[in-house]
Amino acid sequence: MKNYLKRILLLTGVLLFIFDAGVLAEQPLQVPLAYAPDAGKALTRSPGKVRVDLETKEVTGRLADGVEYNFWTFGGTVPGPIIRIVEGDEVEFHLNNHPSSKMPHNIDLHAVTGPGGGAAASLTAPGHTSTFSFKALSAGLYVYHCATAPVGMHIANGMYGLILVEPEGGLPPVDREFYVVQSDFYTKGKYGQEGLQPFSMEKAIDEHADYVVFNGSVGAMVGDNAVRAKVGETVRLFIGNGGPNLVSSFHVIGEIFDTVYTEGGILPNQKNVQSTLIPAGGSAIVEFKVEVPGTLILVDHSIFRAFNKGAIAMIKVEGEDNSTVYSGKQADTIYLPEGGAIQEVLVASEESLTPMSHQERLSRGQRLYEQNCAACHQMEGQGIVGVFPPLASSDYLMEDLERAIGIVINGLEGEIIVNGERYNNIMPSQRLNDSDIANVIGYISNAWGNESRLYSAPEVATIRASLKSH
Amino acid sequence: MKLIWGKLFALIGVLTALVINPQSVSGRELIKIPPGSYQSAYRNEGDPVQVQVDGFLMDALPVTNDQFFNFVKDDQRWRRSARNDLLADSHYLSHWKGDLDPAGPNHYLDSPVTNVSWFAAVEYCRSRGKRLPTINEWEYAASAGLTMLEGSGELGFNQYVLEWYSRPAPPVLPAVGNSARNFFGIGDMHGLIWEWVLDFNSILVSGESRGDGGLERELFCGAGAIRSANVNDYPAFMRFGLRSSLQARYTVNNLGFRCAADLLGSGINEND
Repeated sequence: MKNYLKRILLLTGVLLFIFDAGVLAEQPLQVPLAYAPDAGKALTRSPGKVRVDLETKEVTGRLADGVEYNFWTFGGTVPGPIIRIVEGDEVEFHLNNHPSSKMPHNIDLHAVTGPGGGAAASLTAPGHTSTFSFKALSAGLYVYHCATAPVGMHIANGMYGLILVEPEGGLPPVDREFYVVQSDFYTKGKYGQEGLQPFSMEKAIDEHADYVVFNGSVGAMVGDNAVRAKVGETVRLFIGNGGPNLVSSFHVIGEIFDTVYTEGGILPNQKNVQSTLIPAGGSAIVEFKVEVPGTLILVDHSIFRAFNKGAIAMIKVEGEDNSTVYSGKQADTIYLPEGGAIQEVLVASEESLTPMSHQERLSRGQRLYEQNCAACHQMEGQGIVGVFPPLASSDYLMEDLERAIGIVINGLEGEIIVNGERYNNIMPSQRLNDSDIANVIGYISNAWGNESRLYSAPEVATIRASLKSH
Repeated sequence: MKLIWGKLFALIGVLTALVINPQSVSGRELIKIPPGSYQSAYRNEGDPVQVQVDGFLMDALPVTNDQFFNFVKDDQRWRRSARNDLLADSHYLSHWKGDLDPAGPNHYLDSPVTNVSWFAAVEYCRSRGKRLPTINEWEYAASAGLTMLEGSGELGFNQYVLEWYSRPAPPVLPAVGNSARNFFGIGDMHGLIWEWVLDFNSILVSGESRGDGGLERELFCGAGAIRSANVNDYPAFMRFGLRSSLQARYTVNNLGFRCAADLLGSGINEND
């Protein structure tokens, strides 16, 4: 009899063990997080129990060259990572507030149906973790953000990202997916003012943004950090707008969106779109096929934000030219409405769009010099004695750089004496914009033994204006 | 020139204080705060805009690691090794090297003690014949500027306070008493740590900050209906936010405390 009991106990034990193992096997699937511009992997699985771990962290980082900012973040970056789940997933969400945080934080996921989108359930003190669960009822591309008081400041400091709830079976396959979030920043100093810039509550309330950026900083996705695609590939962008204030007129220079899922819904509801409006706290999915090589430029077409506040990102497309789709420049001939002699060298240049570092300005100046000046003044600025005056260690140049700027603007005719040598020749006026003139003079006055401070584009503009008024 | 005299004066003051009363610079002095009022960012329905506060006594500076060490030396119930999970979470005094070794790489002995629970703070103050300040007392004392009673009227005061809240915590927590005292003669109310208050959870923001003060307020707010009296007082919002995120057993890396006492019947000589 005792033996019988023992067996029952043993059997119960074994059953319990198996049951336990069964519970363990049902551990929720850990959702991988991807950091912009990486959009992570498309999902093919069916809905189930999943777990998301997201950390809030306060970090000091780069807002622009020479400009730092105290960011409050999800996952240590702005924007926070993109979270990809499947419609119908039951999500166990863990919000971990890093012990070094000063602030309590929480999260409002627009993908959540319920009070505060999770905000009410996730207020978390530094060094603590909050857990809540939700079911992803509706597919779509949603913003998440911190909603702790004062909510505007938590968002203004960088606390937002996107959560993509994919429809079961996924979105139609494409060759490339990228993750981009636009947002605006409000700093005590003006755009480009160097140093650690504190948050300006006044400007934020007035909605006067100093910075409008893609992926958290000026130039986060340009140059070497640009994303890449190949001619013929299809590209999908998951675009969010973290705000806190501005609505984006999102546009890609040199592309037409084949498909737009407006406002981040799951219906591809518009074709052949040039610019799509993305509300603060909203999103959009855009798709296009890249047809020709070159650099596509993402902008907020509220265009001063691109030109003056940093709202620029790039996709570099590599591959074969297709001259039927786009020829490039086929001819460049002189157009003279009134006839007459050529007054100017017709080399127009585009204004530089991103703020440049000291070194970038010098290298740009060097390129401009080699294109526009070196033919006469020579590669090393040595000139040709008696014909073209030298710029290297040139007394005439260095004693008055503002005069030199004036010469680049208007040209020069007549006799001058440089380093004791007489020159009597004609230099044509150069069709360069203010920042290019500032950079080329910057290069000339800091090369070949010369040394001077760099002039700024506005200073060149002032000189240009004073020349006009004479 | 004026600055130099000011510095000289301050130096003499500090030296004199060291000679006469070595304890005063370590923040053990109690400051008498006169009765007055302040504008609360949050208030209960029916409360006046200006909250009246009776006179009270308050520590000039936050309690330091060194002072807290003396407390746990005497009362072993509050040593880390004797931690009761109901009264303090697992980070309790975790920045100390040992049970009775308050040193550590990320603070000085004169830095404010952090990683202490509300229970521990209450017990510390009680052992010193004091108590934690109330929200109203703390906010009133913190509303003073450097040169005038109402800091909000002082140039740069709000921005200074806001900037501290914006900055990530420093790798090494500075010592107490390094910043200028405010109008009441109290130091480090802003710019060093968060501080426990006696009734920290009597006004709760829900975490769903956008609903607080709105139509749904009864749903979330522990102390009944509250609303915001001044939507631009961001630092106060942050303090209320932090307090609402806490439980009494929680310990946080940059959360410490200071003590207060009633003017009458405290048994404390305010000149101590």
